[in-house]
Amino acid sequence: MSEQGHKQGAVRFGMVIDLDKCTGCMACSVACQAENNISFREDESNKLRSISWMEVFYLDNDQDYANYQYTYLPRPCMHCDAPHHAPCTFVCPVNATTRDEENGIVGHIYPRCIGCRYCIVACPYHARDFNWWDPAWPEPMEAMLNPEVSPRMRGVVEKCTFCHHRLLKARAKAFLEEQDLYEVTYMPACGEACPTKAISFGNLNDAESQVAKLAKDPRAFRLLSKLNTEPKVYYLSKHEWVRKQGDKHFQNSNGNKRG
Amino acid sequence: MMDKALIPEGVKRCPLPVFGIWLLVLLAFIGWGVYAGVAVLIQALHLTGLNDYFGFGLYITADLAIIALGAGAFFSGFLYYGLSRLFPALKELHKIINLAVIVGFVCYTGALAVLLLEVGQPLRAWFGYWHANVHSMLTEVIFCITCYAIVLVIEYVPIILSNRKLEAIRSARVFGHTLHDLMAIFALTGTFLSFFHQGSLGGVAGVLFARPFAYRTGFFIWPWTFFLFILSAIASGPAFTALVCRSMEAVTRKKLVDRSVYELIAKIVGTLLSIYIVLKIVDTVYWALFQSPQFGFNLGDYYRAPYGMWLLFVEIIVCGVLPTAALLYPRTRQSNIVMFLSFLLACVGVTINRFVMTIQAIAAPVMPFDKWEVYVPTVYEWAPIIAMIAYCALILSLSYRYLPLFPREKELNPTS
Ligand code: SF4
Ligand code: SF4
Repeated sequence: MSEQGHKQGAVRFGMVIDLDKCTGCMACSVACQAENNISFREDESNKLRSISWMEVFYLDNDQDYANYQYTYLPRPCMHCDAPHHAPCTFVCPVNATTRDEENGIVGHIYPRCIGCRYCIVACPYHARDFNWWDPAWPEPMEAMLNPEVSPRMRGVVEKCTFCHHRLLKARAKAFLEEQDLYEVTYMPACGEACPTKAISFGNLNDAESQVAKLAKDPRAFRLLSKLNTEPKVYYLSKHEWVRKQGDKHFQNSNGNKRG
Repeated sequence: MMDKALIPEGVKRCPLPVFGIWLLVLLAFIGWGVYAGVAVLIQALHLTGLNDYFGFGLYITADLAIIALGAGAFFSGFLYYGLSRLFPALKELHKIINLAVIVGFVCYTGALAVLLLEVGQPLRAWFGYWHANVHSMLTEVIFCITCYAIVLVIEYVPIILSNRKLEAIRSARVFGHTLHDLMAIFALTGTFLSFFHQGSLGGVAGVLFARPFAYRTGFFIWPWTFFLFILSAIASGPAFTALVCRSMEAVTRKKLVDRSVYELIAKIVGTLLSIYIVLKIVDTVYWALFQSPQFGFNLGDYYRAPYGMWLLFVEIIVCGVLPTAALLYPRTRQSNIVMFLSFLLACVGVTINRFVMTIQAIAAPVMPFDKWEVYVPTVYEWAPIIAMIAYCALILSLSYRYLPLFPREKELNPTS
């Protein structure tokens, strides 16, 4: 048992997103969409029903012109490392979403999900989306789907998997090359696509890894860490208002908390 | 009357054509709801007003509310079969116990039917038993609701078998009487299951540790909402049974139970409601002043129109403190208007509570840069709920017409 209260393997995959480098170009979001066969509809204007594993939020400091500042905040699943369970894995009645304690990735078994959406309700980050329609791709996109990722059927929930299939691929390669499987690292599609290299990814338990070092950076913070969800996604920002807002103790000029 | 042979002896019922028209009206509503439900099953949940922000909506709210209101069945059973030996005054509940069982039966079976619409993959609903996650409150809900629905069927069967025609069949009569003799066991099993069931419905919200609006600490594995849901259900359930009985009296223009039964229920509801409302106020104060600030929230963060602070006021003061006071004072309780209005307020209060713990709980954003959203259910959600209510009315109407539900009906309404 670790201090987290559950059995842990040596590997804890995590991500660090440098908001000071993020330009809000959304390349991460688009790359994720293509890599993970995320279906979409002709009319995506209802954002409360569109599926987006990597959503980019817009934050501002609520000040007037001259002092006005803003930042973009890309939000994948936080792969919460809360003791025993992530908020979502705790509530799923059929064990369709579970955390792999070998590597900390919170996965989702689509053919087992009954679509009760309890996990959607449990996740404070809105990282989970439901398939409200049968997935469909316009011609000829269906021929371009990624064969390594199964598309989801309607009536089930889906979310960011930290591109788990890339880990499997990297491990398969390491196995053939007779390397240590637990030394393997990889890069999810979002990190690969980011033109400013704002996204780092790796083993948080490896003190020498870039992510482990960045997670200790004085600029580092996690979203809503007060809720004890223990996200494995860290953000970097040199702006104090961003760090404070991320952890829900942001005061605006009137002293009121923003909601 | 063509169905005279089926009607209990010595009581009067409306003419069959009138009853037939009433049934047709109910069936029309049921047909409408079934049509909407089938459409949701075939075309998927995008027909509803649900979305990725509001994963739960009207279906769940109505289910939680109707199950709380149906709690009169198990709790009256518990008082009558379990406690009346110690407190003989509770024997009075005998006069309304059949109705309480049927109200419970219709509420639970109706809720189960709606629950099937709620899941995105209804054909996999049985995975709840097969791949059960023992940590999930929903698993506890699934197991308890199934077992208790079975118990309710067993409790309902002897009432059906007491029909005049069925009684005439020897085997049916013997079976019915045997079941009836075992009723105390089923009633107490049902009580046990239903306590857990009501509680686990409260647990569904209370365990959401990353949703500060809903989350509560608690005792052992159960959050405080577990206990509050049980208490609010057993307080409002008997009130609902009494209201149903009163409505039947109004429709049939007959006296079906003695006033003493209502009087007893008023005392029970008043007492339970007073315990509940005190604990609810303590819970709310702790949640608002101590727990939420730890998570970076204050009370104002949770309320915004249309989900304003008025909900809290109406739930706790108007539908909690006021009916409690009215039912506890013998003087106010004596007035029929005040008593039934208090029953109604108690039922509205529990419904608001279920709404708040379902929809308001997820409307309040958690991420500071998140926006408030408003949930508007569509006709595909309303229709099955209205159909569920019509189904309840249908079973109650049929039961009233053909089964001897009220042991005192004959004496209270002598046919000259
Ligand atoms: S961010 Fe949401 S979906 Fe991801 S692990 Fe945490 S609770 Fe689950
Ligand atoms: S929607 Fe699927 S993954 Fe989420 S809680 Fe329900 S069954 Fe589990």
